[in-house]
Amino acid sequence: MARTVNRLSRFNMTALALGLAFLYLPIVILVIFSFNASRLVNVWGGWSLRWYIEFFNDRAMLQAAWMSLRVAAVSATLATLLGTLAAIGLARGERFAGRALFSGMLYSPLVMPEVISGLSLLLLFVALNAERGFWTVTIAHTTLTMCFVTVVVQSRLTSLDRSLEEAAMDLGCNPVKAFLMVTLPLIIPAIVAAWMLAFTLSLDDLVIASFTTGPGSATLPIRIYSEVRLGVKPEINAICTLFIALITVLIVLASFASKLSSSQGESAAPL
Amino acid sequence: MSTRRIFARPARYAAIAPYLWMALFFLVPFGIVVKISLSQTAIAQPPYTPVFELGEGWEAFKAAFEQLSLDNFRLLVSDNLYILSYLRSLVVAVTSTLILLVIGYPIAYGMARLPQRWQGIAMILVIVPFWTSFLIRIYAWINILQHDGLLNRILLALHLVSEPVAWLSTDTAMYIGIVYSYLPFMILPLYATLAKMDRALLEAAEDLGASPLKAFWLVTFPLSLPGVGAGILLCFIPIVGEFVIPDLLAGSNSLMIGQTLWLEFFTNKDWPVASAVAIALLVLLVPPLVLYDRLQRRQVEGGR
Repeated sequence: MARTVNRLSRFNMTALALGLAFLYLPIVILVIFSFNASRLVNVWGGWSLRWYIEFFNDRAMLQAAWMSLRVAAVSATLATLLGTLAAIGLARGERFAGRALFSGMLYSPLVMPEVISGLSLLLLFVALNAERGFWTVTIAHTTLTMCFVTVVVQSRLTSLDRSLEEAAMDLGCNPVKAFLMVTLPLIIPAIVAAWMLAFTLSLDDLVIASFTTGPGSATLPIRIYSEVRLGVKPEINAICTLFIALITVLIVLASFASKLSSSQGESAAPL
Repeated sequence: MSTRRIFARPARYAAIAPYLWMALFFLVPFGIVVKISLSQTAIAQPPYTPVFELGEGWEAFKAAFEQLSLDNFRLLVSDNLYILSYLRSLVVAVTSTLILLVIGYPIAYGMARLPQRWQGIAMILVIVPFWTSFLIRIYAWINILQHDGLLNRILLALHLVSEPVAWLSTDTAMYIGIVYSYLPFMILPLYATLAKMDRALLEAAEDLGASPLKAFWLVTFPLSLPGVGAGILLCFIPIVGEFVIPDLLAGSNSLMIGQTLWLEFFTNKDWPVASAVAIALLVLLVPPLVLYDRLQRRQVEGGR
């Protein structure tokens, strides 16, 4: 009996170890080769920061990176605001007209192929005669990422003990005040984590940005994509490594936030 | 109970702004895609002839309605290019979802069997790659799979092959890329159901004489079906419309539908046909999307 359990768990461990290796090895290799002195991407020529220096001298690339950071910051903030409001409506609003349509509109972009969302938003911007550039990409990213924010914040709100809100109201708070004083402090960590998720999703996006941006305002993924199509370049490894470093910092902050959140209540949302 | 009611109204007001936002930037655009898919291609800016303008009143609307053309959809049905790329998208999505399930299930199962305090760490380790860019992850594989890449070097050094294998621009490379990118989407819902499962059920099955394999097949697997369903939908729907992975890793002789849409839009500048392709793709995805919506609502809102 004990032996079969043991054998099973050895199988489990192997599957888990292989799975994690599969997930991480390519990224580790990419990071290591970004410090490669050789121009040939797969020939090791010693450690060097040469490709990082190259990136910091590449005006077009830097401009794209700056554009991406601005879009990500603005769209993540807008998305967090709108997504949190939507989550409150869904989690606390009980029934209201068009609720099914509302949740459908919020859940389907999570899996909707990006080519469809990108194309449809572009056609809207053309119909509205909007000048394409920073704001169109920002609006597009807000629309996509607020859905992720909604899911994260909503699952936190549903797992929250509602008797706290009710107690506050029994003690004379009006609903808005009860929410601001009791509920909001409890969901702040989830909101912070949702902002970071929205930020990284916006930073990552290639397809929707390609559709909705205008001439002269390429984002970083758009630049990387056009370089990658021409072949592997060590400078791209360096950019990708910086990108990964930035996202790692954000994840550490986010998990810190969610640890804070789980120490105050039940566990945070899975994303 | 009554306090809940009082809470509900201001909460509903909170939904107004996001509701309007999603209506304007999610719902209305689909209407426009439908409209443009029914119009004619033109060599102009924008490159289509509008079928109707909403400002011109009902008569104009009626007149325009008679001019609506299904030509673009007729083209989709009559031209092999489109039918073939729909079929290819379906085949690729079904195949890679199955591979993902076969690879993802043991990993999720292993995670669920870890001691409690390790489970959280394992979950973070699976989620982290999901946060790093899609494009970077595909680029990492191009590094490995290219002609003088790491994989070929290792294979040559081990004398498993006598000359470098052309990995890039093949379906193998594309499947590796898809499985790599979507694996977290398969593992997480599977893990969520497997971790909640009552282990006493398994022990009971084994006490009653079932072999571990039989116990797994008769108890664990059926109970994990909701997670299996969620994982399948989370992977299948976006893979059908995938563009970046096949574009960078697969060969260019057969296209997936997302690539065809991209080509029509950016290269051929044929917006009406691109819109028609999008509508047809959407129609294909409606059944799995409805299923997914129901599942998501049940999961996020609990037993409501």
